[in-house]
Amino acid sequence: MAAMHDVGDYQTEQTLETFGFLPKLSPQEIYQQIAYILAQGWAPAIEHEHPSSAFNHYWTMWKLPFFGEKDVNAVAGQLEACHRAYPDHHVRLIGYDNYTQSQGAAFVVYEGRA
Amino acid sequence: MASNTYDAGVKDYRQNYWTPGYVPLDTDLLACFKITAQSGVPREEAAAAVAAESSTGTWTTVWSDLLTDIDYYKGRAYRIEDVPGDDESFYAFIAYPIDLFEEGSVVNVLTSLVGNVFGFKAVKHLRLEDIRFPIAYVKTCMGPPNGIQVERDKMNKYGRPLLGCTIKPKLGLSAKNYGRAVYECLRGGLDFTKDDENVNSQPFMRWQNRFEFVAEAVIKSQQETGERKGHYLNVTAPDPEQMYERAEFAKELGMPIIMHDFLTGGFCANTGLAKWCRNNGMLLHIHRAMHAVIDRHPKHGIHFRVLAKCLRLSGGDHLHTGTVVGKLEGDRASTLGFVDLLRESFIAEDRKRGIFFDQDWGSMPGVFAVASGGIHVWHMPALVTIFGDDSVLQFGGGTQGHPWGNAAGAAANRVACEASVKARNEGREIEKEARDILTEAAQSSPELAAAMEVWSEIKFEFETVDKLDAA
Repeated sequence: MAAMHDVGDYQTEQTLETFGFLPKLSPQEIYQQIAYILAQGWAPAIEHEHPSSAFNHYWTMWKLPFFGEKDVNAVAGQLEACHRAYPDHHVRLIGYDNYTQSQGAAFVVYEGRA
Repeated sequence: MASNTYDAGVKDYRQNYWTPGYVPLDTDLLACFKITAQSGVPREEAAAAVAAESSTGTWTTVWSDLLTDIDYYKGRAYRIEDVPGDDESFYAFIAYPIDLFEEGSVVNVLTSLVGNVFGFKAVKHLRLEDIRFPIAYVKTCMGPPNGIQVERDKMNKYGRPLLGCTIKPKLGLSAKNYGRAVYECLRGGLDFTKDDENVNSQPFMRWQNRFEFVAEAVIKSQQETGERKGHYLNVTAPDPEQMYERAEFAKELGMPIIMHDFLTGGFCANTGLAKWCRNNGMLLHIHRAMHAVIDRHPKHGIHFRVLAKCLRLSGGDHLHTGTVVGKLEGDRASTLGFVDLLRESFIAEDRKRGIFFDQDWGSMPGVFAVASGGIHVWHMPALVTIFGDDSVLQFGGGTQGHPWGNAAGAAANRVACEASVKARNEGREIEKEARDILTEAAQSSPELAAAMEVWSEIKFEFETVDKLDAA
């Protein structure tokens, strides 16, 4: 039995919901998640917001959801373009599922500077 | 019918209530009973007796039968089937006309179908296996106050199962210490914490005190993590007035979700509370204390799939379903069957999963399946596979039993869950590759590594008592 003072000290962190507890995804890992969204038949969409307003339900949309998009690279390119345009904003990728009328996927790809 | 004459005496039930050629109407409520008759009672007679006693009939003819159109109102046994691998019992299918039931009343349906008939001497055992609720009846019920889609939007949780934890020890903590345990779990990365079912308003922790301390814990953890959090405040109470009083206070404190025990509290209270939740924008978590008393015996009682359907009609946004892999009873195929019955809008008959009828829910919202009881990080890949995203995975001991405490335990679960979802999305077979996936994830999470070490040997491998009937 370890002594009580040996236990780790857990520090609370600001996290951004799904995948917020994983290490930053590599470009390859992001591609795989985009491919998953497309394979489900969901519409990819991008939103961005300044970290100070990240708790709000609504973030600003980047253009419109990319209905009918089948190209992983095109989606990745848009994520990058949004990040370049708003470097201090969080940028998240969404997969809209029109059957459940919900988001089948949503996770932050780029974290903005607070 | 006017030509009928009154002939006092006892008739065989099957004369009136066994109608083998009957084609059920789309509006009929259909039931499948597993009947074990007393020796010497023919199957048709036992099936007809169950149909009669659960609808219009009684043991003898009465003159006032002739004042109504009994043929319009009576239940009909219309089919009998063997139970695979069982010589003693058989399935009886019974059709009930929709006008036998009050609109929107699960209470009324159950009072008829599982009323006196379960004590009936001619049958030794009786089990209600399934009910097909006609869509016409479904539309008279309000159902879940919010449903899966609305809850995801309100809580901002997408693309993964939700994570929860029941606060332990279940009884005896002071309100302030209890709120501490809640805060630690939520700041560590869980979405929800939960009152244990028997936490109501005992002398050691009255409900007002608990609600206030828990509310502070929820709000503080939200501020610190930037994520949306909730605690299922149990409003199950001695009487409806106190139940609503507790619900109102939870809302006043700005809490997103409350909780009710639908079997011990009863369907009348549950349906009322679900209506209140819809009117007040509150989520409703449903616990199922007492269910195993009713559903565990394979030959007597009510199968849980029926109780689950009744809950969806009565109203709830979450329902406990067992874990398949944890410490509590639950056959995998059967569990998957009623998980679908909770969440999907149309479920086809599938005997391999214990589903006896097509069930059309129309537009009725879906209910999150809650897996809780003896589960820990090692189970995570299997749980994500079995339950999918539209579930709440609840780790009580598996969070608070972590060697560094609740927050680290919560983080371990969150990392394991997200790693499993990510790997699934990448096309990996996560149940088979569980060890690799968790080991990889633990490299960047000391919390997960510690949890994996503590629970590496814990399994719950006992035979299921209530198995699906198979040859």
